[in-house]
Amino acid sequence: MMSRNLQTTIYPLAGVAVILVAWEVYVQAFGVSRIVLPGPIDILNASIKNWPVLLRETWPTFLESLLGFALAVVIGVPVAVCVANSRILNLTLYPILIATQSVPKVAIAPIILVWFGLGLQSKLVIAFLVAFFPIVVDTAAGMRATPLGLLELARSLRASPMQIFAKVQFPAALPFIFAGAKVAVTLAVIGAVIGEFVGSVGGLGNLLLTANSQLDSPLAWAALIWLSVLGIALFGAVVIAERLVMPWADVGHH
Amino acid sequence: MTAQTVAKPGGQGREHSAPVPFGHFKDVHQAFLRAGAAPLVAIESISFDLAAGSLVTLLGPSGCGKTTFLKIVAGLIPATSGTVQINGRDVTEPHPDFGVVFQQANLMPWRRVVDNVLFPMEILRRSDAAARERARELLALVGLEGFEQSYPSQLSGGMQQRVALCRALIHQPKLLLMDEPFGALDELTRMEMQDLLLDIRAKTGATTMFVTHSISEAVYISDVVVVFSKRPAVIADSIAVDLPYPREARVRYSAGFTALEHRAGRALGITR
Repeated sequence: MMSRNLQTTIYPLAGVAVILVAWEVYVQAFGVSRIVLPGPIDILNASIKNWPVLLRETWPTFLESLLGFALAVVIGVPVAVCVANSRILNLTLYPILIATQSVPKVAIAPIILVWFGLGLQSKLVIAFLVAFFPIVVDTAAGMRATPLGLLELARSLRASPMQIFAKVQFPAALPFIFAGAKVAVTLAVIGAVIGEFVGSVGGLGNLLLTANSQLDSPLAWAALIWLSVLGIALFGAVVIAERLVMPWADVGHH
Repeated sequence: MTAQTVAKPGGQGREHSAPVPFGHFKDVHQAFLRAGAAPLVAIESISFDLAAGSLVTLLGPSGCGKTTFLKIVAGLIPATSGTVQINGRDVTEPHPDFGVVFQQANLMPWRRVVDNVLFPMEILRRSDAAARERARELLALVGLEGFEQSYPSQLSGGMQQRVALCRALIHQPKLLLMDEPFGALDELTRMEMQDLLLDIRAKTGATTMFVTHSISEAVYISDVVVVFSKRPAVIADSIAVDLPYPREARVRYSAGFTALEHRAGRALGITR
């Protein structure tokens, strides 16, 4: 019998391994050009050969994603709290929020670049714009989903609106906020890359474009994989934060 | 005298020489407005007095308005008309002298057991070392010592309801309002909880109003069983329970107990 922990490690790794082997076998067996589709070994070699470049270009993309995401949390959560608690603000802000969300971010990226330049700021803003919406929507949903029994309990003790918010509503909304944050953090990476594609002087998106235009497919693929590793790492950081902030969600159930 | 009567409309017609009962309910009527339909009359008219230190159960069929009545007494919903007085004062909003136990334990999953118990003290800004000590004592009283630092999700339904009971008692309320608190528990746990309630009541002396739809539960724990009719509620019978204290499980099988159950059953219209 394998322990549960071992299983949760082994099966995902086995899945990845099967795909990598099949991929390499396919590329070798059919002699696929490495420009069209480099095999895993080619990509690994490109990664090893170019690791200082990859590492250097990861940093700006990481910063853009992280700061854009952080800004989305810092602004999005209070906005959601206001929207959820005030009918007037809800009616005023929600249509605007939905309207801005429905504009394709790729389409406004050039305008953002005109406003904020080719550097970090413009990518940060685009990352913020894509991460903002899920945070607001999920937080607002969480603020409205407070169990009625808890609200009645608070009311029976004549708790003030501030006490109800701080001691009941907000903690009850935390699972929703983290659900939104997990979606938002992966979107933030996408936002940063969109920004880099449209115009940049660095970053993994920039490296990917450059490698692609030079027909250096192994390096482009390497950049792609580093991007997904960056996304997974940021996602993992949110999961860890969730466990730290909500230790009760982790304990065994009776 | 006249001015006083006008200022306190609830006091009309009452003998001023008689001792003021702890709880006084007169012609309490409750109708809920519904969109596109006639108002739903939940409570036609309920009048009774609640003696200090007594345990009164409201017994009635599901949906008869007994929970509504309890919430009116708790100040959570205003009565459409009638007089609701506790300690000689009209109830218009919840009062810190009340402790409420709901059908569901309503524990906060993010708080440890002891912090759930302390929640009322935090709201009342009286959470100090003494309160913490009292929380510990209460938890020990309900048999939960050693679980202070557990999370609610680690407890069974019966244990969660014990925590909710401690939470309702932590601020030493003068009136304990319990809305079918044991309704979701299995039969054996339920009987344990009834003994626990009797025990706690003997120790704290809090006046208690308890809503239930179990006849045997009502007879076992009460001084008085107020039987509600079907909606719209009126009082079908008011049964003084003369079983001796301390009550033990044995009394459930006595002739007196069965006779009281029978009377309650007749009032509910389920037997003749």
